[in-house]
Amino acid sequence: MPKLSYLKALNRALGDEMARDASVCVFGEDVRVAVSNVTAGLVRRFGPDRVLDTPISEQAFTSFATGAALAGLRPLVEFQIPSLLFLAFEQIANQAHKFSLMSGGQARVPVTYLLPGSGSREAWAGQHSDHPYGLFAHVGVKTVVPATPSDAYGLLLSALRDDDPVVVFAPAGALGVREDVDFAALGPVPLGRGRVHRAGTDVTVVAVGHLVHEALAVAGELAGRVSVEVFDPRTLHPLDRAGLTASLARTGRLVVLDDSNRSCGFAAEVLATAAEGARLRAAPRRVTRPEGAVLPFAPALDRACQPGRAGLLAAIEEVTTVLGEGGGT
Amino acid sequence: MTDAGLYRTVALIRGFERRAVELVRSGVVPGGIHPYTGQEAIAAGSCAALRPDDVVTSTHRGHGHVLAKGADPARMMAELAGREPGLNRGRGGSMHAADFALGVLGANAMVGAAVPIAAGAAWALRRSGSDRVAVAYFGDGAVSQGVVLEAFNLAALWRAPVVLVCENNGFATSMRTADAVAGSILGRARAFGIPARAVDGTDPREVLAATAEAVARARAGGGPTLLECAAYRFDAHHTWEHAARPGYRSAAEEAAGRARDPLEVQGARLAPEVRSAIDAELDGVLDAAVEFARGAPHPDPASALAHLYATEVG
Ligand SMILES: Cc1ncc(C[n+]2csc(CCOP(=O)(O)OP(=O)(O)O)c2C)c(N)n1
Ligand SMILES: [Mg+2]
Repeated sequence: MPKLSYLKALNRALGDEMARDASVCVFGEDVRVAVSNVTAGLVRRFGPDRVLDTPISEQAFTSFATGAALAGLRPLVEFQIPSLLFLAFEQIANQAHKFSLMSGGQARVPVTYLLPGSGSREAWAGQHSDHPYGLFAHVGVKTVVPATPSDAYGLLLSALRDDDPVVVFAPAGALGVREDVDFAALGPVPLGRGRVHRAGTDVTVVAVGHLVHEALAVAGELAGRVSVEVFDPRTLHPLDRAGLTASLARTGRLVVLDDSNRSCGFAAEVLATAAEGARLRAAPRRVTRPEGAVLPFAPALDRACQPGRAGLLAAIEEVTTVLGEGGGT
Repeated sequence: MTDAGLYRTVALIRGFERRAVELVRSGVVPGGIHPYTGQEAIAAGSCAALRPDDVVTSTHRGHGHVLAKGADPARMMAELAGREPGLNRGRGGSMHAADFALGVLGANAMVGAAVPIAAGAAWALRRSGSDRVAVAYFGDGAVSQGVVLEAFNLAALWRAPVVLVCENNGFATSMRTADAVAGSILGRARAFGIPARAVDGTDPREVLAATAEAVARARAGGGPTLLECAAYRFDAHHTWEHAARPGYRSAAEEAAGRARDPLEVQGARLAPEVRSAIDAELDGVLDAAVEFARGAPHPDPASALAHLYATEVG
């Protein structure tokens, strides 16, 4: 089977949807030369009228897309840096997101915001390394973090077809992932549905984005000793709570691996969901960035703030040992 | 400042950037840099019009400003390499290099974000009774950023002693200035009643003279001035382009852009032996800076979040 890279999957999904639906257009900085590679070849295929290079005016072009959506288009807005979401937060959280309810259902705002290269890109320092998906889940904007090329393809397609604003985070750590795919079988992946990448019976590891691959590696390492189920929510909001609780019913133990800041972060929501809706046999653990972390520039410091395999192993050790010693809480 | 002094600053930045690009290639500088090459006259000329107690804010392409304001090239290079003795103890890197003791309030990775910071600092300095001023450096790309125009308004309304130095290097990454700016850069400042003038950003003398006039106005309570300094970015937008080659400008255009070189503009004003003496002295300084950076200790990962807060609570 041919290999598809994550980056190419995003490019392909966008190109396929632009071919299918003439109302899809792209706004962003340097999207014609395709600095991020996601938009490679699109201006040649679809023309400058559908692939628009914007001046450095994020707040304006984000709401420009809202206006275009209200007038019938389905724009994709590409942001070069995750922290540009802080700049355009008003335009997404307070404008695009609120039209539907505040208009009493008269308006819909089908805009997709794409973040190719979210999270740490090693040595891009404090203002380029955030992973603020939790903020969007918190305010209720549909939030997607695909882990694999086929999910990247399918979730981006669904985001473009959805009638609400959707933020799609494509973690820097996942862009290089490649997968054997049957191109004919590629299709939309529904929003709001998680995926069990690996079934297990001892502990559920909920992993987000690129960290799904770390979780799978750790699960492989532990095979035979601890049976790890790897659950990828794929959509952080709305969260597949049913899928999550079903997994916890099988395992009774929970570790969350989440590349965002700890306090009030996505992992906390997963833990809260478990506390409310599942019967856990051991206190759950979360492996995250530190509270309030600002990623430092020096690579070793940057890495020290990122959740990874070592932390995950230790956390799995903890939740499984507690039970082994008969100390379930 | 003398012609020799201006030349020395231009050559210092040129030599620093050449070495920094080499260190990116060899992996000593992680993450890459936005080279300032071609724009040196702007930093050299404008900083020459400042006093040591004046302040500046810089950009993602900030090495020139930080060096021209007087930062130690060795500690600057160590910062790019992410080492503990770097200006920011390795926590900031190329895009955040700062030296508050010298009034460098920091490079800034967000386009346009520092302009209101410079205006606010300038306003506060004046309010405290001093005649210190601030310079805000920003690119042609930044003039389409709302916060920059909002800052123009505040600075003009409240007569902040800030010199707005717009470096028009022809591009914002791949986007040409003409494709991004409706009206003109000068017109944007004038719309707020801010005096604005075009300056040859390849000539350190011109930049010095224009900045000196703007600084004098600011110190005397006359408020902000905008200088649009035109130059050509000789190198890539960022060193990642060296491999990716996005191809938004032709080799012929680049050659034409490089034809007017600030190093030669200023170098031609010196006697050859004066120029070569400065070059030799700088080679020593900059080679030592590279050695210092290479040998400097890495920060301890256990201290990754040192300085997260100025004061710890609890
Ligand atoms: C607010 C913001 N938007 C986008 C970016 C990504 N970006 C970094 S540099 C750059 C171009 C800046 O152009 P200009 O202001 O002309 O400065 P130059 O790079 O030419 O020095 C862009 C789009 C950013 N860092 N910050
Ligand atoms: Mg520019």
